[in-house]
Amino acid sequence: MEFISPTDFAKEKVLAVQEYATLAGRSLGNLFKRPLYIADILQQADLIGFGSVSIIILTGFFIGGALAQNSGYTLQRFGSVSLIGQLVSLGMVRELGPLITGLMVAGRNASGMASELGSMIVTEQIDAMRALGTDPLKKLVTPRVLATTVMMFFLTIISDFSGIAGGGVASQIFFGVDTRQYWSTAWQILVFQDVFMGLAKPLLFGFIIATIGCFYGMTARGGTQGVGRATTQAVVASSILVIMVDFFITRFLMTITGH
Amino acid sequence: MASPPAVAEQRRYQSQEKSQFAIEFEDVSIAFESKPVLEDVSFLLRHGETKAIFGVAGSGKSTLLKLALGLIKPDSGRIRVLGEDVTAMREDDLFELRRRVGIVFQESALFDSLTVRENVAFRLLEEGHVSEEEIEERVREALSFVELEQTVDLYPSELSGGMRRRVAIARTIITHPEVLLYDSPTGGLDPVTSNTIIELVVKQRDVYHTSSLLVTHRLQDAFTMGTHYFDRAENKMKPLPPDSRKTVPMCFLILRDGCIIFDGGLQELRETKDEYIREYIS
Repeated sequence: MEFISPTDFAKEKVLAVQEYATLAGRSLGNLFKRPLYIADILQQADLIGFGSVSIIILTGFFIGGALAQNSGYTLQRFGSVSLIGQLVSLGMVRELGPLITGLMVAGRNASGMASELGSMIVTEQIDAMRALGTDPLKKLVTPRVLATTVMMFFLTIISDFSGIAGGGVASQIFFGVDTRQYWSTAWQILVFQDVFMGLAKPLLFGFIIATIGCFYGMTARGGTQGVGRATTQAVVASSILVIMVDFFITRFLMTITGH
Repeated sequence: MASPPAVAEQRRYQSQEKSQFAIEFEDVSIAFESKPVLEDVSFLLRHGETKAIFGVAGSGKSTLLKLALGLIKPDSGRIRVLGEDVTAMREDDLFELRRRVGIVFQESALFDSLTVRENVAFRLLEEGHVSEEEIEERVREALSFVELEQTVDLYPSELSGGMRRRVAIARTIITHPEVLLYDSPTGGLDPVTSNTIIELVVKQRDVYHTSSLLVTHRLQDAFTMGTHYFDRAENKMKPLPPDSRKTVPMCFLILRDGCIIFDGGLQELRETKDEYIREYIS
């Protein structure tokens, strides 16, 4: 195994960050250039959005159920089990809904993007596209970034709703909470700032997931092994970044909304 | 395939007026990870001429084609294609130039999620202003040129290696490019299929007078191209009569360790005294 010097390692990482920033910047800049590839955007929206609905409903439902059980256990000790709806609702809308959706979409779609684009790189299809006079960033990357960002917004709403529903079922079964009371408290506790925070995060997560997936795909080297490596790296990097960015964006949004 | 449309012909004349040469390499050098691949490479390709490029594996032949298309940038030197300096052009401007230059990749590089029709029509679909009827007609025309009309609805994975190369040629010629770059179009193919491909290259050279660079490992392919012409009347490739004064616009370039060691015609190649070249072509 060949060891790389610290200087070369640092240079490599700085170059990777620079390349990622260029790709991310151009993917946004291309939104204002023609052609916009509407058909490709819709196709990606279908693959990324509708293709992820079932896993988002399932994970949201069970996370909400688990959250209800844990918070119900604590609230029971204070005789406030009727507040379960508020806790589940706030937890799902502000934090868990966007985060779980981000992680699920990262696992399902960042890997798909990295492997698809990586395979196109190693079989010279990307070079062929450039040679045929088409910008691969415009045709392949921008539609994925736009579709993921927009669909993350809607998937998060579905996840929030599934989570609150899962919490409602668990509250009713394990703590005997009245369903109407549960939904009523869950709805009433939410204010504009909560919804704003819960729906601003997925837009950022979607952008990160798609640009990271495309970046690792477009920089894949070394045949099928390289494509496999790029796929793994895309999932790992996008998942870690989603969690890290969530921490900072939560603080930032709390500061600007004062809530 | 019918004659190139008037627009393509007009573009060709404009290019010839702009520059005497289709491609000009001037002291071009490039290295990958500090390892020199091409060093001070200079050569010219005249309009309508085909230049076969030889060299052992790793001598920089494919790199040379990618440089000509601006897919990679040289470390130093200048490259002009159809009078445009590709070394100084931005990627966005290169997309315009690439619409006038075609390349056939070593492994065809067909889009595997698209059908043969969509692959061949790719450029026309991207241009966006060509009608459905015209696209269909031109796809049929390009596929008939490579005698693969029956494959129009198949996917690349359903084709043989030779058929994929021919579809790649059809995809390249559909817009009648002024320059064609072939990267080992016969590599890994059986002799019969190779001959079919070479016949298509010769047809493109002699019927449409397209300027080409052809990278190959197979000497016999290049020699066939140097000793044959395409007979339009009989629609097939025929050898040049031995006593005829007729010649074909064909020359040869040999690379060794990133440098050009030969650049000339068939007769000069046959008469060379260079030991390495003699051994290479024997």
